[in-house]
Amino acid sequence: MDALEMSGVDVVSLRRPDTVVLHDVNWIVQEGDYWAVGGLLGTGKSDLLATAAGLVPVAGGVFRIYGKEIAAGYEQDLIEARLKVGMVFDGGRLLNHLSVLENVALPLQYHENLTVAQCHDRAASLLEMAGLADYTSRMPGTINRRLQQRAGLARALALRPKVLLLDNPLSGLDPREALWWLTFLDQLSGTGTTLVMAADDFRPLHGRARQFAVLKDRRFLALGTREELGRHSEPLLRELLHD
Amino acid sequence: MSASHTWSQSYTTFVGRKLILFFQALYGLLAFGLITFGVIFTKLTFAHRVIRPLVFRQLYRAGLGVLPMIIFLALSLGLIIIGQTVSLLNRVGATQYLGTVMVTVVVRELGPMLTAFIVLLRTGTATVVELGTARALGEVEALEVLGIDPVHYFVVPRVLGMGLGLLALTIYMNLGALLSGYIWAFVQDVPLTPAEYFQQLAQSLRWIDFVVLALKALMFGAATAVVTCYHGLAQPLRLEEVPRATVRAVAQTVIAIALIDALFIVIYLTA
Repeated sequence: MDALEMSGVDVVSLRRPDTVVLHDVNWIVQEGDYWAVGGLLGTGKSDLLATAAGLVPVAGGVFRIYGKEIAAGYEQDLIEARLKVGMVFDGGRLLNHLSVLENVALPLQYHENLTVAQCHDRAASLLEMAGLADYTSRMPGTINRRLQQRAGLARALALRPKVLLLDNPLSGLDPREALWWLTFLDQLSGTGTTLVMAADDFRPLHGRARQFAVLKDRRFLALGTREELGRHSEPLLRELLHD
Repeated sequence: MSASHTWSQSYTTFVGRKLILFFQALYGLLAFGLITFGVIFTKLTFAHRVIRPLVFRQLYRAGLGVLPMIIFLALSLGLIIIGQTVSLLNRVGATQYLGTVMVTVVVRELGPMLTAFIVLLRTGTATVVELGTARALGEVEALEVLGIDPVHYFVVPRVLGMGLGLLALTIYMNLGALLSGYIWAFVQDVPLTPAEYFQQLAQSLRWIDFVVLALKALMFGAATAVVTCYHGLAQPLRLEEVPRATVRAVAQTVIAIALIDALFIVIYLTA
């Protein structure tokens, strides 16, 4: 089944909604896929993911999440479709006025109308899974960026999304932390969660992600599966693989 | 082309540009206000376990947290306005107008307006900085991706909290100013018994004063919240733009308060 579907989509910048950063994107993400979307800095990877999360309306074309055409707004049916997609932002983007636990509990509280105490167990188990059991009561500003990003992952998983978008989570990580993320994502992919990861280096994802694409010259270029990757002649691919 | 013609042309351009910006700001604020009130009514009970504590937090920040300053200002207002007025009216033998002057100057005008300015300075400016920073750091997008409407989460609690907080503070401000005014008059040996003083106040107050005072305070609070939230939240901001957004929000809130006050003066004059 198609989890995400973009046909002829013009992607706009999240920060400057009047600027189109990608033209005519035709992309289908099927359930269970593990996509790696590469590109150089400023090519629109974050904007593409923001569009896929339903954060910004498309400037042209049609975008669907599980068959539901997505538009701006907070109508209940749109929210239901959008909640099937979770997103981990670069750096986590936690709400600074809430503790780490409250950040993870917030979506549960809001959508399931629970108190913090009622959703404490679920939020705490997510944080434990992310290796943050000792940081639950800390404020985001008091923990480092690496841990904030893990908390962002725990928060994105709170509502059990079917598709998880990850905005360059490996950027700036040491090898041990990068390995933790890759192993975690492998396990998540094994449970059937669809993954789309933006990356500016394909090397760590080679052999892990199953579908690859690059953004170049304001275009989305699907490169195919990992088997097809080796045969592809796209020059940017060589740069992303550091060949 | 003559210098005077160039000057008048650039002046016209300047005024025109300012007018366009004014109407754009007005349009944006009205639209944002309507969206906010739409969300208040459509999501009245939705996620109340998240929203209600936020309303109480804002009520504390725009109410109880500002109360010490309001009490201090009420005492000062009593001294400056009432103490002086009572003394002056006594000297010219016009103490029978005391109640009318007090109600017109303090209860209807100075009390609510001064309270609104204090709430704007204490809570409104903090709101722009908080929301502007949240916007610049991408927290708003993080909320949206979780299916949480930022207007519901950030703006609605502030509108309710500031509206109710300002109403409560206005009552304390008026009571404090009227009471302290008498104390200052008493200290000045003005021959006026408490019974006479309060009788005059009671005779000058009409039912419409209570209704209009409540509505005015609520509208001042709501307007302060809407304008400050709009400048913090409604447009993409960078961190370095937050101070400028705060200055703009303060200026526009003062204008909004003055316009609402003018509207109520018309209501008083026609009632």
